Formats: sequence, structure tokens, C-alpha cells
Amino acid sequence: MAKEKGDLLQGTLDMLVLKALQLEPMHGWGITERIEQWSDHILQLGQGTLYPALYRLERQGLIRSEWKVTENNRRARYYALTPEGRRQLKDERSQWHRISRAINLVLETTLE
Amino acid sequence: MKWIQDRWRRMRSFNRRGVIENGLDEEIRFHIDQQTEKNIRAGMSPSEARRQAHIKFGGVERTRVNTRAEFRLPVEDTLRDIRYGARALRRSPGFTAVAALTLALGISATTTVFSVVNGVLIKPLPYPDSEALVGVWHVAPGVAGVRDSWMSASQFFTYRENNRVFQEIGVWSAGTVTVTGLAEPEQVPAVGVTFSTLLALGEHPAIGRGFSQQDDMAGAPRTVILTYDFWQRRYGGDRSAIGRSLIVDSSPRQVIGVMPAGFTFLNIDHALLMPLQFDRAAARIGQFNYPGLARLKPGVTLTEANADIARMIPMWLKAWPEAGPGIAKMIENARFAPALRPLKQYVVGDIGNVLWLVMGTIGIVLVIACANIANLLLVRVEGRHHELAVRAALGAGWRRISRELFLECLVLGFLGGAVGLALTLPALRLLAALGPSTLPRLNEITIDTSVVVFAVLASLLSSVLFALIPIAKYAGTGVSLALRSEGRTSSQSRDRYRTRDTLVVAQVALSLVLLVSSGLMIRTFLALRAVDPGFTRANQIQLVRLSINPADAPDPRQALAVMDDIRERIGSIPGVSAVSFARTVPMGGNNSSDMLLAEDHAYSEGQLPPVRRHQFVSPGFFTTLGTPFVAGRDITWSEVYNLRSVGLISENLAREMWREPSAAIGKRIREHPQAPWREIVGVVRDLYADGVSEKPPMTVYWPILIEKPWRNQIQIERSVTFVIRSSRAGTEAFLKELRERVWSVNPHLPLAQVRTLEDVYRRSLARPSFTLVMLAIAAGVALVLGVVGIYGVISFAVAQRTREIGIRIALGAQQREVKRMFLRYGLVMSGVGVAFGLIAAVAITRWMTSLLFGVSPLDPTTYAAVSLVLMTAATLASYVPAHRATAVDPVEALRAE
Repeated sequence: MAKEKGDLLQGTLDMLVLKALQLEPMHGWGITERIEQWSDHILQLGQGTLYPALYRLERQGLIRSEWKVTENNRRARYYALTPEGRRQLKDERSQWHRISRAINLVLETTLE
Repeated sequence: MKWIQDRWRRMRSFNRRGVIENGLDEEIRFHIDQQTEKNIRAGMSPSEARRQAHIKFGGVERTRVNTRAEFRLPVEDTLRDIRYGARALRRSPGFTAVAALTLALGISATTTVFSVVNGVLIKPLPYPDSEALVGVWHVAPGVAGVRDSWMSASQFFTYRENNRVFQEIGVWSAGTVTVTGLAEPEQVPAVGVTFSTLLALGEHPAIGRGFSQQDDMAGAPRTVILTYDFWQRRYGGDRSAIGRSLIVDSSPRQVIGVMPAGFTFLNIDHALLMPLQFDRAAARIGQFNYPGLARLKPGVTLTEANADIARMIPMWLKAWPEAGPGIAKMIENARFAPALRPLKQYVVGDIGNVLWLVMGTIGIVLVIACANIANLLLVRVEGRHHELAVRAALGAGWRRISRELFLECLVLGFLGGAVGLALTLPALRLLAALGPSTLPRLNEITIDTSVVVFAVLASLLSSVLFALIPIAKYAGTGVSLALRSEGRTSSQSRDRYRTRDTLVVAQVALSLVLLVSSGLMIRTFLALRAVDPGFTRANQIQLVRLSINPADAPDPRQALAVMDDIRERIGSIPGVSAVSFARTVPMGGNNSSDMLLAEDHAYSEGQLPPVRRHQFVSPGFFTTLGTPFVAGRDITWSEVYNLRSVGLISENLAREMWREPSAAIGKRIREHPQAPWREIVGVVRDLYADGVSEKPPMTVYWPILIEKPWRNQIQIERSVTFVIRSSRAGTEAFLKELRERVWSVNPHLPLAQVRTLEDVYRRSLARPSFTLVMLAIAAGVALVLGVVGIYGVISFAVAQRTREIGIRIALGAQQREVKRMFLRYGLVMSGVGVAFGLIAAVAITRWMTSLLFGVSPLDPTTYAAVSLVLMTAATLASYVPAHRATAVDPVEALRAE
């Protein structure tokens, strides 16, 4: 599959979705907004790519969904972390930290 | 565990599929609305806001597809692709019909032959634990003229009582008997068995009881067991038949049982089973008149059983009196040894050679059919190239596309397979009608599970075979290339032709192999037909078998008088030019062999003299057959009646013993060391008594009535075949008169095996003609498919290169040159095919050697003729489309782009 613009590392989108849901259940558009916001608008999601990820995560049992009515009186599907999803988020975060630190170390090494 | 959960969730989502899919659309709509609102808030016009929202979201359809992929079962994909494939096939009914029909023919031919192979060769014999059954044979490599030796009564006793390896052992003997007292007199086939024979087979009567050891004692009350068919036919299936008495050969026997329906005794046609009732006191060493069969104890191997018999042979030689002086010694010197074989081998014989050859041939036809279908598919995929390229560009992976192609082929394969299987039953009937009646186990050929499994596997394998080629060709590579080049048809790269060319070359090569095989079979058949069997105008020789019962004519001379009377009465039928009779007729089976000693030949002490064919004839036998005397004269009636010690021998026997046939006249021979010397009065031309493909056996002909002084006996053959020469042979009117004449002598005399010598001769050719017909059909189909393949490829090339042809013609190329170009293309392909085919044929036809007669498997005439035929056919197949190329109008061709 061709890569998206502002492409995310494979697998990182799932992690970001989990992170976005850490505070409260949200619908799909909300998740994209939140990720953009938190990333200082650096991460521009091809929003369409979000949905396969949501369905995948739900299938893996990391999130669950339910239909709710928004404040504007529209039906929307809200996603929430499952306990398993929380554990996964924690694991992935620590993993990410280790790896990004390692990569930084490599990249920041000053060469005499 | 994780995996199972995943499956479960997918399954659940499969059930809620509709709900979710609607939900997804609503979710996407909601998402875009939200983004639109946000854009409006940021000051965009509503239409611009929606446009931007869509841009930000990306492809809606693609999201849908990708998301769906997350909750779909692989099965669904497959089902969808199968539906897709079926739809694609429905869209092009012409292609589908041709491809499915080609395949159906291939599958049904292969499956039909497989049913025969399965029924005859693969299926175990229809007895419980039949793998443990063995035929008990002996070999005697030390004696000339003996191939295999059967068992004697004395051996039966020794082996049965002293062996360590058999659960049970028995011997048997097939023959015909006369049944009287039930409506018309009838000659029926019967099998004499020891009481242990049925036990060894593991078979018991369905009603009544089996033979006991008591029934099998010499002098015990006579009993008989009926086959189911005979019981139905003669007793109407009445259970009270048990205990009644049946007149067999003029003496009553008590019916004690009826075998179950479908019981077969090896491949021996029979109506009755009777105990052999060996007399222990009369058993001798020698007289190997009975085929033996045994059931091995569990776990015993053939080698162990052979070793056990080898252990018992010396015991046997010590335990019994000799049939003649020095015979025990002779047997020892003959290196007499056991040679057990699986019983199935006895039943099936060497028909396996033919069947496997036919199976292989038909398999090749199937491969050729697959190559044809693959070629059709290539054309088709070529036509859909653009569509496939677009879909690939839109994100369908090659894996996906090839899966679709594959499933399409699979649908095609099963369509063809189903039609093929449906055609198998009628084809099997046809084959049974066509096949030699001598085919063993004919009644065991059915469409059973293994046949169906075979058909399914064959279809599957064929689908894979013809699917792989277009998939490998198109799904993997060059998709973007295809898109680019599709706009204006460029001259095609060589590469795109190569696959199709290779397929055609392979087809031609395989067709050539089949044509060579059938060519060799034709040559074999012609060579067999060209052999002079030793008799003339066999269609004018009427045969009928009669048996004179001891009860009707107890004295041998009396029996001969009855036969002579019948002979004279038949001779008075208008149109009959000669009548005689003999123990058996050439190619009629029922042969007997014995040793033969000559007065002027020395036989070293304890050396078994050569074993030769012995035949018993009436005077006039050779005149009736049209077999000339090479030297000397026929025996006379007065010599026969007066028991004069005379005989005739065949030319090859005369040459072997005395170089010249004339030198044999007056020489004296005998069949037993105690027999009187008998004078050779004539030498007759060789008769191909075992069929024209076998060498004529060296034969001695004795008078039908012969004295055996050492047994104090005058011997007569009571069952004889009458040989009647008449131009009316075989006609209804003639047979009616024949019956009347016979019954005027004895109204209870049944006429058996009423046929002409031509029938017997044809029957002896049944196997080569069956092989020939099968191979010819296979080769014919292969030739047609090969020609269609060449035609298709050239036509396609012409169609694809219309533009190029147009340019060439526009630039001044002559029509002749254009035609020659395509013709050359076709001829090069078939030439290469023929070359490969010749190499393959040389390698493969070696396996046919045992089926060939009078022709070498490398017969240059056949190879040359077949290559010529194939090249001619290929030329024609290329010429038609090549000619069409010249009709291309350059203006039209260039404008069409």
C-alpha cells in the first residue's frame, strides 16, 4: 500500500489512537482532532486511515465502541479503552521511549 | 488462544455484518460533517468546506474497503471471488463451454480408464483379508518347455498336513459338466475344489452348508454347491433346493448350499462347485493338474511361505509313490521349487501392462487438454489485460488478482470435472462393450469412492495446471507496463508469445508420442493379422462342444462310436464339406502338456525329457481346419478303432528332433516310459494354438482313442469340440439343423460353446485390438487438440499483429511473403514439437515392448509416418489463419487503432 503524506511509522497510529482515548471515550473525528492538536498540527492524519485502525483495535479487544448521541443531537460512535488496551498503551509507551531514546543517541552523537 | 478470540470476534462481526457496515457509512458521514462544520467555522464557504473535508479524509471507498478487510472472514473473500469467477465465466459462455467441454472430455476419459484400473488392478480381490491369499505355483527351471507348474493331489496332502505358514490351502480344477433332469439338458461351467479351498478364500454359502472334509473323501456321497445365479435360474430361488438332488454328468448329487450373490471364484466362470474327492491311495508324485491357492497365517511373508514349501518338497518326494519310474529323481533334477505369488496376480494376469499404458496415454491426453485450456485462458486474460491493469493500479494486489484468476479456473475445473464424472458412467458402459471379454474382474468395475476422489483430484490438479500459467504470466509482472502500452497496440514483445508457443510445442510433442504409440499398435495389429494361423477361412468353421457321458456309453469304444455317429450325421447336412473332432481347437484353451520321449533320443538317467503339448484328434481334423500335411499322412479311422499306436507331430517339433519333417516319418515316440512306442505317420504344419502372438507350440497329436496299457486302460476324450467346415457356418438355419442331427443321436446331449473358429480367433486378438482402439482414440483426440492449439496460436498472432501486417503490406510486402511468415511460424513451432516428441517417444515406447509384435519400439517407418502426418496437420492448421493474414486491408488495419 502506498504511503500517506506525513506518514506515520507502521504501528504508531494504533499507539496514538490508544493514547488519544486515554482520557475519555471519543468518536473518530474527535480522535483525529486530538492527535493533530497534541502533535502541534505536525501529524496530519489522512483521516480515512483511522477507521481500519479503529476496527482493528476493536477486533484485538484493545478498545470497545458504542453508539451515543452528541451534544448536537447526532448519533456518533464513541470508542473507549478496555483494560487490556490500557495495558497495551503502557507497554507501547515504554517500548517507544526506549527505542526513540536509542535512535536519538545514535543521531545526536557528535563526531569529532 | 489469542487466535481463537480473534476468529470468534470476526465470526461475530460476520453475523452483525450488515449492522456494522451501515454503521461505518454513518460514521464516515458523521466524520466528514464534523470536519465540514469546522471548516465553515474557520470561514470557508459551505461547498468549499465540504470539498476540503473530503480531501482531508481521503478516499471514502478505499477507507470502506480497508476497514471492511478488518472484519471479514477469509472465507467470504473466497466465496466472493468464486462468485466473481463464476460471473466472469457466465459472461463469456463460448470460452466457458469450449474450455469446460475440453476438460470434461479429458476428465471423463481419465476417470473411465481409472475405474477400470481401479476395478481390475487396484481393488483387492473380493474376499476377506484378500492380501493374505496366495497362488501356489512351482517352477522347474531344469526342464525345457515348462513355464509354471501347478500342484498335484499328493502335494496338496503333504502341504496341508505339514505346513507351518498357511491358515488353509486348497486346490481346484475348472471344467464343464452336463446338468440333466431340469428342463433342457445343459452344459455348465463347474469348479472342482478341495473342501479347504472355500475356507482358504474365507467364503461360505449364503444358505445351506459348505463342504466338509467328509464330503471331500473319496467315495463319499456326492454333493454340490450352487452359485446364486444358477440357483435363481434353475430353481427360481427356492430355498427347498437344499437337500434335493441334481443330475450332474448322469449321476445324482445332493445340493448342500448356495453361494452368496456376487461370489466369484477368481476369474473362473462357474455355476456349480463340487468336491474333488481325491483318493489318497491313488495319489502319486507328478501329475501337476491342479492350481493351488492358500491363505497365509497373519504376518507370514511370501518368502517365508516359499521357504516352508521348499522344506516340504523333500518330505513330499519321500512320502508318495511315483507316477512312473524315476519321476521323483527327475523332479529333483528339474530343480523343482516353489514360486508363490499373490493370488491377485493369478487373477489379473498381465493385463496390467495394457491398462497402465492406456492410463498413461489418457493422462497425456488430459495434459494436452489442460495445455489447450491454458492457451485459451491466456487469450482471455490478454483480453482482460486492461481491466486487470486498472484494478491493479487501483490497489488490488497481485495476490488478490491471481487469487481471482485461480478461483475462476477452479470453478472451470469443477464444472469440467462434474460434467466429466457424469460422462464416466456411459463411457464405462461403452468401454465394457468395447473391451475384451477376456478382461478379468470385469464385473468388479464400478464407480466407487476412490473413482470419485480420483475425478475430483484430477479436476483440481488440472485447474492448478492451467491456472498457474496465466497467473505466472500476468498477475506478477508488468502491470504498469500494460497500462502504458495499452493505448496504442505496440508490436508485441517476443516474451508475450513465448508461453503460448511453449504450450503449443509441448502439445505437439505429446501428441507425437501418442501417435507413435498408436502407430506402433497399428503395426502390431497388422503384423498379427498377417500371421498365417495354420487354419484357413475360419469363418466357415463351425465349432460345437459335446460331452459323451460314461453313463450313456460306458465303454470308450462305445463313446467313440457315438461321436462317430454324430459326425456322420452332421456330415450329411447340406453344405458341410468336412467334419471331425478333437479335445480342443487352436486358440481354444484347455491345453494339456506332458513329456515326450523319442526312441532314437537318449535321455540321461533321472533327467526329465522335454515337456510338449499333447492334443487328441479324430481323423480328418487337419483337413477340416485346412492345415496341410508337410510329410506323411493322416491317421485313419481303422487305426483309431484298432488302437494302433500311431501319432502325428507338428512341423516345428519334427524339425527340432529330426531336422527334416520327412525324416520324422516312421520314427517312434511315447508319452510315458511305460507306454508302447507309437509311430509317427504324419507331420502337419504348425498351428498357432496359443494365439498368433505366441510361437506355435511344439505339439504331438494322438488319436482320440488311445491305449494306456500300463494303466490297463483305454483312454478316450469324452468332451470334444466338433469342427465342421461349411459355408453356412454360424447361420441360424444351420445351427438348427445341427441341433436336430445331434439330438437325433441322443436327445439329452447339450450343445456348448457354439461358435465359429473366427470367433475364437478374434477373441485371441481381443487384447491387442482393445489396446489399439484405446490408443487410437487417445491419439486422435491428442492430434485434434494439438491442431486446434496450433491453429489458435497462429490465429491469435495474426489478430494481434494486424497493424504490423497492415504496415508491411502498405510498405509493399507481397501477400505471399506475409502468408509465408505465419506459415513459417507455425511450422517452426510444430517442427520443434515434433523434434522433442521424437526424443520423448524413443524414451517412452520402450515400455510398450511387451505389447508389441513384429515391430520394434523404434520402428523408423512408424516414426517417419507419424511425423509426416503431424507436420501435414500442422501445416494445414497454420495455413488457414496465415491465409487470413493476407486478407488484411492496410487502410482498415491502421485506421482501426
